[in-house]
Amino acid sequence: MPAKKGSGSWWLYLLPILIGFTAIVLIPFVVNVVFSFFRWKGGMAPFRWEGFGNYTALFSDENFWMSFRNSIFMIIAIVVIPTMIGILLAAVLYDYIGKRFGSRIAAFLRATYYLPQILPIAVAGFIWSWVLDSGNGSINTFLQSIGVSDPPDWLGDPDLALYSVMLMLVWLQIGYPVVIFIAALSRVDPELYEAAELDGAGWWRQFAAITIPQIRPELFIVVLTATVGALKVFAPILILTGGGPEGSTVVPSYYAYRNFFELSQVGYGSTIATVMSVVIFAVAAVMLVWQRRSERSA
Amino acid sequence: MHALKKHTPMQWVVLGLCGLFAVLMLAPFLLLVLNAFKSGADYSSGGPIAWPKSFTLDAFRDYMSMVDFPRALWNSILISTVVAFAGTGLALISAYAIGIGRVKGSAVILAVLLLATMVPHEALIYPLFYGAQETGTFNTVWSVIIIFTVLQAAFGTYLLSSVMSTVPKELLDAAGIDGAGRWTILWKIILPVLRPTLAVLVVFFFIWTWNEFYIPVVLLADASSQTVPIALSTLRGQHSIDITTLNAGSLLSLLPTLVFFLIFQRTLSHGVTAGSIK
Repeated sequence: MPAKKGSGSWWLYLLPILIGFTAIVLIPFVVNVVFSFFRWKGGMAPFRWEGFGNYTALFSDENFWMSFRNSIFMIIAIVVIPTMIGILLAAVLYDYIGKRFGSRIAAFLRATYYLPQILPIAVAGFIWSWVLDSGNGSINTFLQSIGVSDPPDWLGDPDLALYSVMLMLVWLQIGYPVVIFIAALSRVDPELYEAAELDGAGWWRQFAAITIPQIRPELFIVVLTATVGALKVFAPILILTGGGPEGSTVVPSYYAYRNFFELSQVGYGSTIATVMSVVIFAVAAVMLVWQRRSERSA
Repeated sequence: MHALKKHTPMQWVVLGLCGLFAVLMLAPFLLLVLNAFKSGADYSSGGPIAWPKSFTLDAFRDYMSMVDFPRALWNSILISTVVAFAGTGLALISAYAIGIGRVKGSAVILAVLLLATMVPHEALIYPLFYGAQETGTFNTVWSVIIIFTVLQAAFGTYLLSSVMSTVPKELLDAAGIDGAGRWTILWKIILPVLRPTLAVLVVFFFIWTWNEFYIPVVLLADASSQTVPIALSTLRGQHSIDITTLNAGSLLSLLPTLVFFLIFQRTLSHGVTAGSIK
C-alpha cells in the first residue's frame, strides 16, 4: 500500500499540540486579558466593568514604573554582565586553558561555572538569603571576623538590596553563556586563527577580529533568551526580598503576583501581566527583526 | 606534548584566576554542605563559616520529620518523568507535521509556539488556577503535568522542526516506495535518526520541570502534591526553623538534580548547543 497522500492527515499529527496550546496558553491568555478590563477580587466576588480603567491606573502607578525600572537592572544582571564575562571566560577556557593545560581541566572548570544553572531556584534562593543575611550570614560573619564592625544589611537596606539580588542573579546566570559560547567556539574553523597568527595577530586581536564575529549567532540567542528571562524574573525576588525593603526590589512579575494572591486585586494583576506580555513580545520581535536585518547586510 | 611543554608564569596566573572564580562559584555550595552537618547549638555558637565541632545528621532527621520528603521526591520524579517523555513525544509528532509534512501555515504555527515559550506565566496563572479547580486537578500532580507537557512541547516542536528539515529526502522517499505509511516512517526512520536530539530534549525537560517554581507553587498548595523545591520553600516561610535544618533540606533538594546532571553531563553539553536555538 502506498503512503496516504491526503492533505488532511498531516493535521492529525498537529491536533494534540493545537488542542493543548489552546487549552493551556491561548484560552488562559485571552481570559487574563478579559479579566484586565474588570475590577474583581477573585472567587465568588462580583465582576465590575472598568474598561481601560485598570490600564490608566497602571500608567500612573508609581510602583509599576519602579518595577519596570528594576527590570532594567535585571537585564544588566542577567544579560549584560554574564554575557560579557561569559564570552571572555569561554574564550579563555577554550583557547587558552584548553590548549595549554588540557581539555579535562577546561571541562571541569566549565562544569563548575554551570552548576548554579541546574539548581532549583528555591534552593538557590535559600542559600543566598542566608549567605546575605545581616545577622548570621556568611558574608557578614566573615567581614566581622576581619574587623568590620558595622557590616552592611545586604537585603534590608533599600539602597543596597537591588544590587545584592543582582549579585545572586549574575552567579546564577553565568554558566549559561559560558557553556553556549564554548560550544560555539568549537565550531569556528581553526584555519582562521592560524592565518591570523601568521599575520602576527596576538591573542587579544584574534579574540576581537575572529572570535566575536564568528560566534554572533550564539551571541544573539544568549542575549535574546536572557533578555526575555530578565523581564520575567520572579522567584529570586519572592524568595530573597519579597519586593522589599520599601518596594525597592519590586519587578513586574512580582507586582502581578502580589496583586493576584496577596491583595486580591485580580483585575489589576491581570492588567500588569498583560502589559508585561506585550512588552516581552515587543522586545523579542524587535530583536528578531534586527537580527534578520543584520544577517542580510552581513 | 602539551604536558611536556613548560608553562609560562602568565599561563599559571590565568589558570589561577579561573580556579579562583570556580571557588567563588562553588562557595555557596560549600557553605551549604559545611552547615548541613552541624548541630543547631554548634551553629549558634560557631556561626556559619566555622568548621563543625562534630558531624551530625540531626538536621537531616529534623527536615525529614517536618517534610514528607519521600512523598515530595516521588511527586517530583513522577511529574518530571511524565513531562519529559510526554513533552518530547508530543513535540516529535507535531514537528513531524511541520518539518517533514510542511503543512500550510507552518511558519505561523512555529511563530505562535515560539510566543508560547516566551509568554510570562503570570499572564496564564489565574485562568489556569480556575481551570485546575474546575477539572478537579488542582492540588494534584496532573495539573502541573498537563501544563508543562504542553509548554515544553511547544519549545520542543520549534527545535525539532528545524532538525527534521535536515533529514535527507531520499531516506523518506525510499521508505515511501517500500510502502511505509506516514506513521511507520515516523517510528522506523525519523525516530532512530533523531534519537540523540530526543535524548537531549528528555534530559532538559526533566531538569527544567523539576526546577519549575511559579506554576507549581500556585497549583500545588497541598503538602501531599508538592514537589521537592516547593516543599522546601513552603517550609522556609515558617520562622521557627533552624538554619541547619534548612541547609540539610536544601542539600537534599539539590542532590537529585546534581546526580542527574552528573549522569547526563555528556548529553547536556551537547544539548546546550541544541537548546541554543531556543
